Amino acid sequence: MKLTYRLSALPALGFGLFAALPAWAQGAAPTVDKGDTAWMMTATLLVLMMIVPGLALFYGGLVRAKNMLSVMTQIGAVAALAMLVWVAWGYTEAFGDGGNAIVAGFGKAFLAGVTPASTAATFTAGVAIPEYVFVCFQMTFAAITVALVLGSVVERIKFAAVMVFAVVWLTIVYFPIAHMVWASNGLFFKMGALDFAGGTVVHINAGVSALVAALILGRRIGYPTEYMPPHSLTMTGIGTGLLWVGWFGFNAGSALEANGSAALAMINTFVATAAAGLAWMLAERVNGHKGSALGFCSGIVAGLVAVTPAAGNSGPFGAIVLGAVASVICYYAVSVLKPRLGYDDALDAFGVHGIGGMVGAIGTGVVNAAMFGGPANGGKTIGEQVVVQLATVGTTIVWAAIGTTIAVFVAKAVTGLRVSPEVEREGLDLGEHGERAYNG
Amino acid sequence: MKLIIAIIKPFKLDEVREALTEVGIAGMTVTEVKGFGRQKGQTEIYRGAEYSTNMVPKTRIEIVCPAEMADRVVEAIQASANTGAIGDGKIFVLDVTQAVRIRTGETDRNAL
Repeated sequence: MKLTYRLSALPALGFGLFAALPAWAQGAAPTVDKGDTAWMMTATLLVLMMIVPGLALFYGGLVRAKNMLSVMTQIGAVAALAMLVWVAWGYTEAFGDGGNAIVAGFGKAFLAGVTPASTAATFTAGVAIPEYVFVCFQMTFAAITVALVLGSVVERIKFAAVMVFAVVWLTIVYFPIAHMVWASNGLFFKMGALDFAGGTVVHINAGVSALVAALILGRRIGYPTEYMPPHSLTMTGIGTGLLWVGWFGFNAGSALEANGSAALAMINTFVATAAAGLAWMLAERVNGHKGSALGFCSGIVAGLVAVTPAAGNSGPFGAIVLGAVASVICYYAVSVLKPRLGYDDALDAFGVHGIGGMVGAIGTGVVNAAMFGGPANGGKTIGEQVVVQLATVGTTIVWAAIGTTIAVFVAKAVTGLRVSPEVEREGLDLGEHGERAYNG
Repeated sequence: MKLIIAIIKPFKLDEVREALTEVGIAGMTVTEVKGFGRQKGQTEIYRGAEYSTNMVPKTRIEIVCPAEMADRVVEAIQASANTGAIGDGKIFVLDVTQAVRIRTGETDRNAL
């Protein structure tokens, strides 16, 4: 009988739970609750909904009409590729048995030993979910993270380059960082970092990688002087709605059970996001502009990003403040910082996911505290926790930047990386896929 | 015969159509177009990126009518499309040398 009875399956909720480990680690077989299992299956599909159609429409609406299909295709294809890579070696690299502080052991390559009877532990002693469900849930996280990175490089990167980049990037950046944050022997987990649903693993990671990839790839032809408005904010709005709804699977699902912790994550995912959507529009008004639809959508996403690490590590009012603060900071990042520095992060993957992720990760160390209404997971003082959060953020930035540089240069060596200027002008839909998004 | 081309504000199309029906015009061709003249365009802002668009959406109407009706048609358009603001548009009148109804082969005045 070989049960996955380590904390390998656990997000870093806190040491209080960790301390409880020995009491049940040598106990009887864990209980698999049908309610938990049903919720986690649902949560998994909600995260899939965030990718296709959510992110595909959100990003697709923001590009010019001539590149719409290329964006949707790139997102769908890297997500599909990530799913296959995940079951081949990603799951074992992140969550397999053994290994070290950086990667897990490779004993579960190609899901060796995983059966309908095997289980993954939850946060409650003696309660587990089927391991296949855990594999699927975490699979969708890998898939959406690599898709998020593409936001900075759309409208000019080759489809083939995206595919090569995805395989290398997942292997050397995503899987190790997921392991470091969420596995019991992972580097950040051992430091006591709080990251409920992946603010570090998903958003800082994707955002920083997006920035580095955009810097290596270079600007789009005509940026920033040419007229490049979003071709359909209607679709971006639909995508935003799908992302928000799907994010409940992402955040509340990260509790791994249908319980009070999931409920806390749920309410925080409502209120932090609501505050962030309005805060962005207020920031626009304060700067003398009209409150805009894209501003609302951007604020929603910034709030969702910021509350991701804090979802189960904050009270509702701490989450409201966190969402609003992150939204305003992201507003300045995309509308002031980006033009000033001149990099072409086309859809603001860094400005929203990178910056919002950092504000969320560091802010989690604050809003987690009991004095701000938080659940005080982990038992550290605010100062200690913030130092741990900062160390985690800093390490992730360095890791993601180096890994992305390697992955992009591998993609460049294999595929040439960037489409020809003719294809870029004509649009990637025709040049890369032989189709148009809109006929007639 | 005269070809009358009018560039008008899009929301004025229905009023212009009604005015033209009253003076006896039974057909027209309408196209959505963009252009610029004295009217300034708008400023659009997307996440802080400002674009000044000088192309303004307009509606272009084409009518062919007997020469003696042309003045009344021009007057009807001028009166109905007028808001008094810059950007109300322009009317052009050109000579037409031939017209054919494709279904019957009728020509000129009978083809209108």
